[in-house]
Amino acid sequence: MTSESGSVEIINIALEMPKGTSLWKDGWHRLRQNKLAIHGFSYLLLLILICLVTPWIAPYGYEEQNLRLGAVPPSAEHWLGTDTFGRDMLTRILYGGRISLAVGFIATAVALIIGVTYGAIAGYAGGKIDNAMMRLVDIFYALPYMIFIILLMVVFGRNLLLLFLAIGAVEWLVMARIVRGQIQSLRQQEYVEAAISLGLSPLAIIFKHLMPNAIGPVIVYTTLTIPNVMLLEAFLSFLGLGIQPPQSSWGVLIAYGVETMEEYPWLLIFPGLALSTTLFALNFLGDGLRDALDPKASRD
Amino acid sequence: MWRFIGFRFLQAIPVILAVITVTFFLVRAAPGGPFDQEKAVSDQVRAALEARYQLDLPMHEQYFSYMSDLFRGDMGPSFFYPGRSVNELIIQGLPITAELGFYALLTALVIGCLAGVLAALKPNTAQDYVPMSVAMIGICMPSFLLGPLLVLIFGIWLDLLPVSGWGNSQGDKILPSITLGAMTAAYIARLSRSGMLEVLNQDYMRTARAKGLPEYVVVIKHALRGGLLPVVSYLGPAFAALLSGSFVVETVFQIPGLGRFYIQAAFNRDYTMILGTTVFLSTLIVIFNLLSDIVAAWLNPRLRYQFRK
Repeated sequence: MTSESGSVEIINIALEMPKGTSLWKDGWHRLRQNKLAIHGFSYLLLLILICLVTPWIAPYGYEEQNLRLGAVPPSAEHWLGTDTFGRDMLTRILYGGRISLAVGFIATAVALIIGVTYGAIAGYAGGKIDNAMMRLVDIFYALPYMIFIILLMVVFGRNLLLLFLAIGAVEWLVMARIVRGQIQSLRQQEYVEAAISLGLSPLAIIFKHLMPNAIGPVIVYTTLTIPNVMLLEAFLSFLGLGIQPPQSSWGVLIAYGVETMEEYPWLLIFPGLALSTTLFALNFLGDGLRDALDPKASRD
Repeated sequence: MWRFIGFRFLQAIPVILAVITVTFFLVRAAPGGPFDQEKAVSDQVRAALEARYQLDLPMHEQYFSYMSDLFRGDMGPSFFYPGRSVNELIIQGLPITAELGFYALLTALVIGCLAGVLAALKPNTAQDYVPMSVAMIGICMPSFLLGPLLVLIFGIWLDLLPVSGWGNSQGDKILPSITLGAMTAAYIARLSRSGMLEVLNQDYMRTARAKGLPEYVVVIKHALRGGLLPVVSYLGPAFAALLSGSFVVETVFQIPGLGRFYIQAAFNRDYTMILGTTVFLSTLIVIFNLLSDIVAAWLNPRLRYQFRK
């Protein structure tokens, strides 16, 4: 058999093979099997939608007080009751959700940008640069970050922008490690060598050829970072070091609810429920995405 | 093994130095001196105060003087509580926080490992789903929500347990310990479940069963050591999580521990106290990470081979 007929045979075999599915199609298919993850996903989409249109659908104004009414339990007029100033709790939870979700997404985006850039550079450069860069990550990683965020909030005042940056600045480390590991192993592949020999710039190689293949774990970890960040924000706000009134987030509402829980338990229970169900949904979605997009990663 | 310990030890020193240095300059960079939030004081009093706390020296001299004091174990006077040193305040709060942390960790380890191991022994059955769902609730229910809810249910509605304090009335240590340990218990349950699942599928498990060992010996003697390894590695981070959790739990339950002092110092702008507590807690966390790495390496030889070249 000549080599020519051999290669024709291979092409024929290749043509007969079932059509390959993309990672996304495959992942989506696997994700759909996971009911919890899909429910979490739908819940989140609904929540994001509601928070986006809150100013138009909220039953009452955010600052609208009714001191004569005071705190009343859930009723037909106020579905989730009112607080001690007679403010509608549903309205306040919806507005608080806007801030909580915004912190979750924006701070995660900050962490994502720093982590991916740093990890990609370290993984692509390799050798001594990689070593030095990752030792730095190790050192940062060993720092007690919660204490540092509190310190940052105390020293530089409590504003929203700083909160995004401070949280993002501590959450990028794991992302950098994940991306660096991915890039490092992909770098050895022949198609990257081909790209190098074709004279592509490192940036083009990283973003066009390496990142698309490393994106699965990045998406998974991003989804799992959002609940962590929201928890951190709520934690700081609860202590009075995060979001400051008149702005409010779920953490602020919970802190307020704790003060009055003995007389008005609904002021604690409803914001708590809002935060917990959202964290639930995000964690289930994250776990589902991990099983779907990153089957090699172990569940823990 | 010694090589590994030595390496990790050397790695910990720059971390601690970095923490001290960064904290020192961050606190010094804070806007507004510690003495100008109260009523205005005359320039003379101000100068005297600044001289007393060495704030009139150039920055690098302050730094070196602080470092040399620190090296001798002296963290300086508190800015907020006149006549009291940071050392005193830390020594006063530490035993309470340590006791709280110990009970919380104990709760977390016992409940977490038990739930995780039971779940792994019968995966995808009710014995798996029920504890793991509870663990998920534990992860999604932060301590500042769980604590008040427990107080509401057991302290106020059922009137079974005291709602605050530490060591003042019977049973007042139960709720804070559970609140602080809950999230760690949940993580430990998930870690021990996945660790056990992996070990239970190994060939040596089949060998152990083929030898005719009873199932409980197989699980306890052969599976636990490997299966609980992830939990040992997690103990360092868990310690850090417990410490930061104690900020909230001590605030919710009004426990006069280190965490509450730290948050109060943050509000009072008691800079020496913030600095001292940060340095102290950070060093503690770094040391615990070190210890948990060493124990993990001792249990799992593969981890230390990379240092034998």
